[in-house]
Amino acid sequence: MTDGSKTEGPKKTRTTRRHFLAGAAGLAAAGAATRVRADDKNLPPNVAPWSKSLGDGVAVRPYGHPSEFEKNVIRRDVQWLTASRESSVSFTPLHELDGIITPNGLCFERHHGGIAEVDPNDYRLMIHGMVDRPLIFTLEDLKRLPRVNKIYFLECAANSGMEWRGAQLNGCQYTHGMIHTVQYTGIPLKLLLEQAGVKPAGKWLLCEGSDAAALDRSLPLEKALDDCLVAYRMNGEMLRPEQGYPVRLVVPGWQGNMWIKWLRRIEVGDRPWYTREETAKYTDLMENGKARKFTFVMDAKSVITSPSPQAPVKRKGFQVISGMAWSGRGKVKRVDVSLDGGRNWREARIDGPVLDKAPVRFYVETEWNGEPWLLQSRAIDDTGYVQPSKDALRKIRGVNSIYHNNGIQTWALKTSGEVENVEVG
Amino acid sequence: MSRWGRDFWLSTASNSAHSRASGNPETVRRSACVVALGPRFRGDERLGKRIALSLALLFVLAAPVLAESAKPHNYGIGTRATAEQIAGWDIDVRPDGVGAPPGHGSVKDGEAIYLERCAACHGEFGESAGRWPQLAQGKGTLASNDPVKTVGSYFPYLSSVFDYIRRAMPFGDAQSLTNDELYAVTAYVLNLNDIVDDKFVLSKETWDKVKMPNANGFYDDDRETAEKAFWNPNPCMSDCRAPVKITGHAAVIDVTPEEAGANDKPPRKGGVE
Repeated sequence: MTDGSKTEGPKKTRTTRRHFLAGAAGLAAAGAATRVRADDKNLPPNVAPWSKSLGDGVAVRPYGHPSEFEKNVIRRDVQWLTASRESSVSFTPLHELDGIITPNGLCFERHHGGIAEVDPNDYRLMIHGMVDRPLIFTLEDLKRLPRVNKIYFLECAANSGMEWRGAQLNGCQYTHGMIHTVQYTGIPLKLLLEQAGVKPAGKWLLCEGSDAAALDRSLPLEKALDDCLVAYRMNGEMLRPEQGYPVRLVVPGWQGNMWIKWLRRIEVGDRPWYTREETAKYTDLMENGKARKFTFVMDAKSVITSPSPQAPVKRKGFQVISGMAWSGRGKVKRVDVSLDGGRNWREARIDGPVLDKAPVRFYVETEWNGEPWLLQSRAIDDTGYVQPSKDALRKIRGVNSIYHNNGIQTWALKTSGEVENVEVG
Repeated sequence: MSRWGRDFWLSTASNSAHSRASGNPETVRRSACVVALGPRFRGDERLGKRIALSLALLFVLAAPVLAESAKPHNYGIGTRATAEQIAGWDIDVRPDGVGAPPGHGSVKDGEAIYLERCAACHGEFGESAGRWPQLAQGKGTLASNDPVKTVGSYFPYLSSVFDYIRRAMPFGDAQSLTNDELYAVTAYVLNLNDIVDDKFVLSKETWDKVKMPNANGFYDDDRETAEKAFWNPNPCMSDCRAPVKITGHAAVIDVTPEEAGANDKPPRKGGVE
């Protein structure tokens, strides 16, 4: 992070180093928040203008947006990562969020050929191959079928992929922001496959998008019949275009690349297809030059979202440490937090729902008096899997695998209250 | 589970939670009957208990039968896909060549198409321009500190290349190549990787002649065995390691985007690929 002089606009709320230190110095004096300044015209005992005059009426904002003071709560990308924005990724601002649900407009994006703008009237889902009755469904057809509502996280297999060789990106939006969680409304894939009638020899599905990458992935039939959905709603409303409007595949707990967006076709076959996306990409290269394939499930992982580099500590005294933990293998059973880089751990308090293949929100409430901390969190899921350290992962996998980096993240909280992404040894 | 079975199960479950909370066995037993069987049985606990027991037994015995008889329901929704409709969308190709369309293309023809449609991003010799994927060379680098994954060094199957070009390339003009062009440009990319010679003509008939160098470079996910140590019933809670030192700083590398836009500093290896 460098100084904030390049940035513009009086309402900027990002904490730059200069801004931050000035704030911290001010806070050293007790009662800073209650001091009355000349420009405190909106603070008591004065009365703010919004208390005196009428505001916008109903339906002036027919589709509501966040407050203008929340303009910095946005998806961001890292332009050097990819050659073009059409085949790239943007990151969820995890440091600005709480609870487990991601607002639809903040769900990270990963496209391979840009956003397909599908006309719902021309939407078709084809199911064919080793089936008794090859079928085509319209969107209206799909909406007539029985549906379920499920909350799942979607994590890109490359989440934290830039951190294999050491701490690189300074913000949990960038290190961990390729994840989002919404409630999907959709049809169990099992039910749709039953309509077509899968032949006994059918063992794998090829699922394909209708975008300009026609992204295709092989999905084991067993998983399809277990808990996959063909979803058309997120958090109650229709899917956003960037999330596959009008229909996407939901593959709970498995890598995001398999959650085919703009889903147009499902073919039943007797073996996997070994598409480019499951061979040249989304395979995990080990130190010996061989690569793991079909590493579908996302291992247990967690991150402290606040404090974090984009969410520094502004006040000494009582602190709420907040984070998120998840596992593709099931439910999160426990989350531990360390303040000393993993020497000593304490159990965090999980608040809110604990669901299968969905994140939990965790908190540690404690005091901070300016001492340096090395903040870590580790997730433990209900299979007994304990999130490993980055070094433990590297020992087995080396540093070339790109995908599935679920190692424990360390944030260094400095005396100033600033937080930095660091590597510890 | 039948509706009746589910209701019964739920009422029993809610009652056992109640019993733990109240701690009064008499109240608990009475309320169990009330919840499970309804107010009609209030006052005759013994009968109620007997009925509850027999109902539970009946349910346990009946459960497998109910499960087996659950046949998939046909909702009569969706229309038959015609062979013509399927043919228009069914563009996938498997390693064994199933799905490959009719047609053929030579390395020579492929070179001309490649130079016109592909080289701007992938480089004249597949060496890549900028951050676009490199297509050639990289052999022998996979175990190094700087692995270069290309068609020659990494892709396991011809179909993995062919299927991808067919559906997604040229970038921004997908599915625009004719079948012959598709075969030709694939043949040329293979030739750039010294997998086929200059005279090679790719078609369904010559499909099996293509031997990909890294065909045996992959193995199935083995995390549950190779990383078994990560399943640990007693993770250490205190004095787990020697005092910790900071060994690396993201701020020093300084490739994090600023608010106003991206930073142009060269990053380390790694990315979303």
